[in-house]
Amino acid sequence: MRRSKLMSVVAGVGLALTLAACGGDGDGGDSVAEVEETEFDAGTTMARLQEEGSITIGTKFDQPLFGLKAPSGDPEGFDVEMGKLIAAKLGIAPGDIEWVETVSENRETYIEDGRVDLVIATYTINDERKQLVDFAGPYFNAGQMIMVLEGSDVESVEDLEARGGSVCTARGSTPQQNIEENYPGITVEAAAAYGDCLEPLRNNQVDAVTTDNVILSGYVDQNDGEFKLVGDPFTEEPYGIGLKKGDDEFRNFINDVIEESYENGEWEAAWEKTAGTVLDLPEEFPTVDRY
Amino acid sequence: MAVWDAREQLLTGFGITLRLTLVAAVAALVLGTVLGAMRVSPIPPLRWLGTAYVELVRNTPLTLVFFFMVFVAPRLDIILEFRTSAYIALSVYTAAFVCEAVRSGINSVSTGQAEAARAVGMTFGQNLRLVVLPQAMRSVIPTLVNIFVALTKNSSVAAGFFVGELFGLGRTLAIRNPAEGVAMLCGVAVLYLIITIPSGVLAERLERKVAIAR
Repeated sequence: MRRSKLMSVVAGVGLALTLAACGGDGDGGDSVAEVEETEFDAGTTMARLQEEGSITIGTKFDQPLFGLKAPSGDPEGFDVEMGKLIAAKLGIAPGDIEWVETVSENRETYIEDGRVDLVIATYTINDERKQLVDFAGPYFNAGQMIMVLEGSDVESVEDLEARGGSVCTARGSTPQQNIEENYPGITVEAAAAYGDCLEPLRNNQVDAVTTDNVILSGYVDQNDGEFKLVGDPFTEEPYGIGLKKGDDEFRNFINDVIEESYENGEWEAAWEKTAGTVLDLPEEFPTVDRY
Repeated sequence: MAVWDAREQLLTGFGITLRLTLVAAVAALVLGTVLGAMRVSPIPPLRWLGTAYVELVRNTPLTLVFFFMVFVAPRLDIILEFRTSAYIALSVYTAAFVCEAVRSGINSVSTGQAEAARAVGMTFGQNLRLVVLPQAMRSVIPTLVNIFVALTKNSSVAAGFFVGELFGLGRTLAIRNPAEGVAMLCGVAVLYLIITIPSGVLAERLERKVAIAR
C-alpha cells in the first residue's frame, strides 16, 4: 500500500519533470498542456484574455489535491491544473495566471463583480447558483462520503444516523444541506471551513466529518494513519467551472477545452499529477452539460 | 420571500444569540465586578492578579479567546460542548471590559465617601459593598450598556466556532439562497437591532432614574 503510493508519487513527479522539459516554461508551476496560440473572434472574452496575456482564476487555497497553496506561494491541485489547461489554450503561460482565493461564500460575488474570470474551486453545479453564474463542465463528479477516526467502528452514513452521531462540515455547504435533508438523525456541527473539522474529530467532539470524497481523501493523505473514509459515496456532485452569466462563447470554449482534454489525455495527466496520487481514476469522464 | 420563509430558522438563531448575550452579560458583570474590586483592593497580589487578567484578556482578539477555548483547551483534556465554550469565551472576554468600567466608576466616587465609611469602622468589604460600589455603578451604567451592545455584536464570532447563532444561521441561509443573500443578511441585522436599540433606550431611562435618586 505504502509502496504503491510512493510509486505513484514518483511517477507523478517524473511525469511533471518530463512535461516541464517539453513545455520549457518554469514560472508559476508546470502545466500538462502546452501553451497554444489560437485566433479568437474580436470582442470575445477569449480574445480579451489573450490580448491581456493574463487571466484571473479563483480557486481554493486550503483543499489538498484540488487547490492548496504550496509553501512556494503557488496553488497546487487538480482544479489548478484545469485552470492551467484552459489558460494554455488561450496562449497564457502558467506563470501569467493570477490565482485568487475564493471560498464558498464569495464565489458568486467574485464572478459577478468581475474580480475573477473563472472560478475552479470544487464548485458544485446547482440550480440556485445557475441563477447567478454560468457553469462550464462538469469536469469531475465528486461524491459525498464520511470520514472517521482510524479506530472508529462507524461503517457508513446510515450507521452513523442509527447511532444518533454528529458530523462536522462547512457552514452553508451542499454537504450540510444533504445531511440535514436526508439523514435528519445526525447532528450537524457547522464549521467556518472544512479544515476546522479535523481538530474536533481528533478530540471526539464530533463522530465524523463529511464533504466530497476528494476533499476527505486529501485529509486522509495529509494525516497519515489518523483518518479513514467509510461507506459508499451517497451523492453525485458535479464540479463545474464558474464564469460570468451570459458569456456563452466563453462557456462553449471552456466546454470544448474540457472535452478535448478527455480525448488527448491531458485530463488524465492532470489527474495523475494531483488527485490521482490518492484517488482512483474515475471509470468514465463526466458528460459536459451544454445547457 | 425567502427571508419570511426562513423566519423560523432566523428566530431560532435569534434565540441562541439572545441566550448567549444574556448569560455572558450576567457572568461578565459578576466576574468583572469582582475583578474591579480586586484592582482597587489593599492586598497587592489581588491587585496584580486583576491587572494581569485585564491586560491579558482585553488586549487579545476575541477570535483568539474562542480559538483557545475550542481548539487549544481540548488538547489539555478540557473538552466542552461548543456552546459552553462560547459562553465562557464571551464571559471571560467581556469581564475584562466590565472590570475597567467598574474600576473607573470606583475612582469617580469622591475619596471622602470611602474615608467617612472607614471612619465609622467599616471593613474594606463593607465599605466597597455598601458605600462605594452603589455609587460607582450609577455612574458606569452608560459604559456598561455600551459593553452590553458590543457583547451582543461580539456574540456573532461564535458562528465561526460551531455555534449556530443568528449570524451563523443567517450566513447559512444566505449561501443557500444566493439570490436573496443580501436580503437575508439585512434581516439578520434587523434582529440584532431588536436587541441593541431597546437596550440603549433602557439605559437612557435607567440613567435618568438614578440621576434623580442622587
